[in-house]
Amino acid sequence: MHNDSTTHSALIAWIPLLPLLGFLVNGLWYALFQTKRGSKKASSAVTGVIATLAIGGAFAVSVMLFLTLKAMPEEQRALQQNLFTWMRVGTLQVDMAFTLDTLSTLFTLVITGVGTLIHIYSIGYMSHDATPGKFFAYLNLFCFAMLMLVLGSSLPILFLGWEGVGLCSYLLIGYWYTDMDKASAGKKAFIVNRIGDLGFLLGMFMIYTVFNTLDFSGIQAGMPAAVSNPGALTLIALLLFVGCMGKSAQIPLFVWLPDAMAGPTPVSALIHAATMVTSGIYMIARLNFIYSASPSALHVVAVVGALTAFFAATIAVVQTDIKKILAYSTVSQLGYMFLGCGVGAYSAGVFHVITHAFFKALLFLGAGSVIHGMHEEQNILKMGGLKSKMPVTFAVFGIGWLAICGIPPFSGFFSKDEILWQAYASAHGSPLLYGLAALTAAMTAFYMTRLFSLTFLGKPRFAEQPSYSNVHAIAKHGIDDHGHGDHGSESKKGVHESPAVMTGPLIALAILSAVGGLIGIPHASWLDEWLKPVIHTGHVLREGVAPTTEWVLMGVSVTLAAVAIAFAMGLYRDLKRAESLALKHPALHKLLVNKWYVDELYEALFVKPIYALSVGLWNGFDIAVIDRVVNGFGRVSLWTGQAARMAQTGSIQMYAFMILAGLVASVGYLIYGLV
Amino acid sequence: MPDSWIVLSLCSVIFFIGLFGVLVRRNVLILMMCIELMLNAVNLTFVAYARQLGDLSGQMAVFFIITVAAAEAAVGLGLVVALYRTLRTVDTDDIRLLRG
Amino acid sequence: MAWFESHWLSTITFLPAAWAFAGLVIPGTSKGAIKNWTLAGSIVTFLVSLKLYGAFDAAGAEFQLLENAEWIPSLAITYRLGIDGISLWLILLTTFLTPMVILASFNSIESRVKEYYFLLLALETGMLGAFVATDIFLFYVFWEMMLIPMYFLIGIWGGKDRIYAATKFFLYTMVGSLLMLVAIFYLAYQHKLQFGVFSTSIVDLYNLQLASGGFWSVQSLLFLAFALAFAIKVPLFPLHTWLPDAHVQAPTAGSVILAGVLLKMGGYGFIRFAFPLFPQAVTYYQVPFMILGTIAIIYGAWVAMVQPDVKKLVAYSSVSHMGYVILGLFSMNAIGATGSVYQMLNHGVSTGGLFLLVGMIYDRRHTRDISQFGGLAKTMPLFAISLMIMTLSSVALPGTNGFIGEFLILLGAWQAVPGLTVIAALGVVFGAVYMLWLVQRMMFGPITRKENEELTDMSWREIAVMLPLIVAVFAMGIYPQFFFNKMEPSVNRFLARSMPTAMAKARPPTTVAVTEH
Repeated sequence: MHNDSTTHSALIAWIPLLPLLGFLVNGLWYALFQTKRGSKKASSAVTGVIATLAIGGAFAVSVMLFLTLKAMPEEQRALQQNLFTWMRVGTLQVDMAFTLDTLSTLFTLVITGVGTLIHIYSIGYMSHDATPGKFFAYLNLFCFAMLMLVLGSSLPILFLGWEGVGLCSYLLIGYWYTDMDKASAGKKAFIVNRIGDLGFLLGMFMIYTVFNTLDFSGIQAGMPAAVSNPGALTLIALLLFVGCMGKSAQIPLFVWLPDAMAGPTPVSALIHAATMVTSGIYMIARLNFIYSASPSALHVVAVVGALTAFFAATIAVVQTDIKKILAYSTVSQLGYMFLGCGVGAYSAGVFHVITHAFFKALLFLGAGSVIHGMHEEQNILKMGGLKSKMPVTFAVFGIGWLAICGIPPFSGFFSKDEILWQAYASAHGSPLLYGLAALTAAMTAFYMTRLFSLTFLGKPRFAEQPSYSNVHAIAKHGIDDHGHGDHGSESKKGVHESPAVMTGPLIALAILSAVGGLIGIPHASWLDEWLKPVIHTGHVLREGVAPTTEWVLMGVSVTLAAVAIAFAMGLYRDLKRAESLALKHPALHKLLVNKWYVDELYEALFVKPIYALSVGLWNGFDIAVIDRVVNGFGRVSLWTGQAARMAQTGSIQMYAFMILAGLVASVGYLIYGLV
Repeated sequence: MPDSWIVLSLCSVIFFIGLFGVLVRRNVLILMMCIELMLNAVNLTFVAYARQLGDLSGQMAVFFIITVAAAEAAVGLGLVVALYRTLRTVDTDDIRLLRG
Repeated sequence: MAWFESHWLSTITFLPAAWAFAGLVIPGTSKGAIKNWTLAGSIVTFLVSLKLYGAFDAAGAEFQLLENAEWIPSLAITYRLGIDGISLWLILLTTFLTPMVILASFNSIESRVKEYYFLLLALETGMLGAFVATDIFLFYVFWEMMLIPMYFLIGIWGGKDRIYAATKFFLYTMVGSLLMLVAIFYLAYQHKLQFGVFSTSIVDLYNLQLASGGFWSVQSLLFLAFALAFAIKVPLFPLHTWLPDAHVQAPTAGSVILAGVLLKMGGYGFIRFAFPLFPQAVTYYQVPFMILGTIAIIYGAWVAMVQPDVKKLVAYSSVSHMGYVILGLFSMNAIGATGSVYQMLNHGVSTGGLFLLVGMIYDRRHTRDISQFGGLAKTMPLFAISLMIMTLSSVALPGTNGFIGEFLILLGAWQAVPGLTVIAALGVVFGAVYMLWLVQRMMFGPITRKENEELTDMSWREIAVMLPLIVAVFAMGIYPQFFFNKMEPSVNRFLARSMPTAMAKARPPTTVAVTEH
């Protein structure tokens, strides 16, 4: 249970509750009044404003509570709220309770803040959609679930949010469900997430076995006794990490994230860049004491993170769909975050979560702006020269680009560098991990520059043929899906900048991406101080590492990034030259373009065999064996009847004889003891 | 009075002839006659024992049996006639309506 | 009125049957009147049953609202009724589902309407009777009595192979119960040997001392006799094959009642009879049954995945879900047992809901072949929402009732046999696979068949049928403690009786003396 020194607050519940109310309002309005055939659909403005007010209100409460926490002394920086008892069975007690401490407050601010911006953006982006009420309802529901995840004071509440965001992800990825591929992508996301959730569940059970409680405070209190069982702690850490692999798209469960780009771009920005995928890092940061007690688990986390970062970057280098590049970039950056946590630098991982939320949301929304302006074109090979046509988007996207490449003084530089330094210097780190991470950083700079260059710089590689792009748009998405058919009049204007409702949030995110790094300046990190009550590890250096190496490595990473940028700029000035490079290594290129054939591998190893096995079980066992036995009973009784029938000859004399025989037998038995 | 075993063996022989006939003969009328044979054999047995034991109730039984036999013969022959009218046969092998 | 006060259970049990008999005077041609009369009766029963919630005191005696009357004195069989925290909720589930089932049948049944609704109410009486009986023979009577209306419901108003399915269902279940009958009489006889009088009252029989140890011991054989009957009903792998046929061929109402209540009889039977009467046997058979439960979970899910018929898919999903119930029960701890009981309630709501939805689509398209659907969310958005909610409950999304049940069961099973739990937990993945794939094939994608373009969305009647279930899904998921409060003492008593040490403390008979035999 919670100790008495924590402060109670009645406001915490409003943070998730406001988006939930927004969901109910928009959802019920949609379900009750907008589903009949021919009924008028609500506009994206009204529904969007409702949703934005909800999430904006949650942001206001978050800020208020953040300031409250800031005013409290450091040792007591936590607020509790217990709504009611969810389950109480035997020794298990799970309350619907929230804890707002320094860690969860950061996440809450990011979720509600970036969420509000994305909601505003969506008002513009979904203005032509057929069912904006449904969209905003889902968005609000997602925010509710995500907030439950970070505010829960016990693992089951966290898990409620965990699966809830999985559900919303499913609903939003498959939002344009009349396209079977998009619906399939949603289903894939849910199921791959579920595989991770399986590990999470088992980890929860293990925790209950060892600690006899599922509350975070209870688990922490039980640590001194539990460290005598390191094997159990390692198993717990690894099982929970399986959950992270699914939710945060690490190897081997990352395959859903690129497919998730089938959803509308605000969804990709909110869910698959800024919030849901960071749940795994939140969970590890929350349970950092378990991971710190198990160095082998930490090592697994770090290695998986580093490998994922590298692996995803290799794929991103050759992709041509703007969203897919950003998707693989997200997978890669998530790998960085896990690398940070895996070397014991949990606050570095959280730092990168925050900065990544800013610049990745910015990049995705910017991509959305590009796609919107290009009338649903997503292939960067068909773009180019948008610098002049979409200046605001160009500017903000540029800031995001610089941030992700790790160019100082943008936010990405500070957070990424902290991780690189810790990967090298931490007691759990190693030069090998650093090397892989640095190589990936260079590749990141390369492919992001490639993206930026091909999209915005140079000459336009598309012809502004209004009718062609219009037909293309209709063929791809259908007329009534999100009404882009009526873009006919607009497309004659050609490629255009997005409206203010979309560029406003972009600018806000750009500012955040630019200055967001200031919270984590090395050796003056406000973030590290702030997170001290929750994250207990100090920064112990590995043996033989001098502190001054930090500045050296910083210089190395900036140089690498600059070189990669320059190389990419030069290479992609002339697209033909770049393409010839690909032709020189056709096998490698094919492998990377096809994402290392991972999807095909899973299909062959798991999907098809299990399906075949199920068909076999049904036909070959259920029908052929079990039902045969059951029907066999029927056949046996019929057969017995047929056999007994043979005694009924209908011949009177036979019957008479049987009477006689029976009489003789019974009299004989009675008198002489014969049978 | 000769030894009772001679009379009793005569009776049992007659009875078994009748029984055998009931079980084996195919003509229903012959069947009826064999049944009468069995009944009469029983009559003879009763009389023999009545004589041997000096108990007249054996002879009383004979009267009952004769009466019942007569009634049964009448009913039975009526059945045979009805049977013939329906099935056009008096061969027991062809009467298989009770076959299950 | 005072008679009612002291005879609530009899009232609730026989009210549906009495109402049905009263309704026989309505001429068979006024179908509307019959339907309304039946619906009114089921709603009245539900309202009356709500009184049970208030009348049951969780802190009170083991069985409450007792009734006791002479029945067959020479065999010491009495008419005893009583409920505890577990049967309370099962009764409420039954009376909750029946009005919806009746309402759902309004537009589907056109021939022999009077007989149909009469049988539905008679079935309700049978089910309620089985839940309230505390005399084991009375329980058996009601147990068998349920089969008759169900047989007719499937056999007359069912699908193409209805006779085969109805006969299979009836014979399969009855054969299982026959051994149970023998065991019942043996128990009564044992009671006479140990305590001097015959008795079939369950409270008396709980005090029996039976020899245990090994497969051929008395306890083991008796347990297997009972377990056979209940395992067929659950249905537990490999005795489950009657279920797909029965469900597919039954009319919608039949399927819903079958899945919603009848399957729970099996679980209830384990809880009330098989476990407390034979504690050592339970320990002896714990692992085999847990293995069977695990197999049922995975096997049911896999076979469900490949079904072309949507009703069969849901039927196999029932096999999978009930596997969880068995897994939880045999874990022999409070968490698993509570989860099991809760899962029984959940399954009634969610699978009942799924069958109702399948019935709605069948009413429109007269096919259950999944390939005939596709893109229905476009024309039937409310239906899509309802299907989505029921799917989420079925895959145990936190926030829905299904999560509570599965979470507690898996946690309880983990405490008993962790290895099996790892395999059983795979069920959460496969459950999502087959349900989401079903939703996708039915609801998403473009509309490929012309017949699907003109379908009407849910009518007000259909919304009224689904709405209580949807509310229940979330209410049970968000505030399960409401249900646990009444259940907890009963579950604890159940566990106390089912632990092997319980046999060591036998008590003298506690009931009133039955007439001497």
